[in-house]
Amino acid sequence: MVNIIYVAIGGFFGSILRFAISSAFKKHPFGTWLANISGSLLLAVLFKYYQLSMIDDWMWLIGGVGFCGAYTTFSTFSNEVLVYITTGYFKNAVIYVASSLLSTLLLVYIVLLV
Amino acid sequence: MKISSLTYISVGIGGMLGASLRYFISIWVQDTFSLFPWATFTVNLTGAFLLSFLLFLPITKEKVPPFILTGVTTGLLGAYTTFSTFTLEMIQLAETHLFISLSYMFFSIIGGLGCSFIGYKLARVIPKGGNRSW
Repeated sequence: MVNIIYVAIGGFFGSILRFAISSAFKKHPFGTWLANISGSLLLAVLFKYYQLSMIDDWMWLIGGVGFCGAYTTFSTFSNEVLVYITTGYFKNAVIYVASSLLSTLLLVYIVLLV
Repeated sequence: MKISSLTYISVGIGGMLGASLRYFISIWVQDTFSLFPWATFTVNLTGAFLLSFLLFLPITKEKVPPFILTGVTTGLLGAYTTFSTFTLEMIQLAETHLFISLSYMFFSIIGGLGCSFIGYKLARVIPKGGNRSW
């Protein structure tokens, strides 16, 4: 049950950092884009070390499940895509989704491969 | 725009709750019965629905203090859902089960957008004064 404490600690810092970045970009989706890509990259790196038993369970819970999980977000991502579509910026919606997916998948793939 | 430290704390506390809830669900929704990552899929879609619902609900902007609203939306729901686990799971699945991985991507993106849309529509049905005329 102590696991939940680790996850919560990571979640505290992850969400604050995402909020700070999003505020720095005046709530423009670019902030979420940046957080999602950098967070996915960090999670893949942590996962790799975790698989190789180079980091302990508690470090994975704080850094991976808690921090990276909370630092990246799917709900805001979906909502931003919806706002692009409902306000008529369909092209932006497609570019936003495609660039988020392609860059994170490529980065995670490279990290797990090497 | 100056953001108060109270808002940062509110987002942090929301983030603790959201991440814990996601962790609970990941234990509860064991993926043992299928390869499809149901736990992440569930939190991402429910979170997308709730976020759009709250953001487009007129009463929340009028009656809820802004720092609480940001704590619940950006903090709790932002941390409850996750993009990093979603991408990691896609790559892991793609190595052995490419079709499940692509289905996971398709249904998460389309489903997430659909859930956001339902939340947005539902929020606009609820009248401003809180009178249930529907």
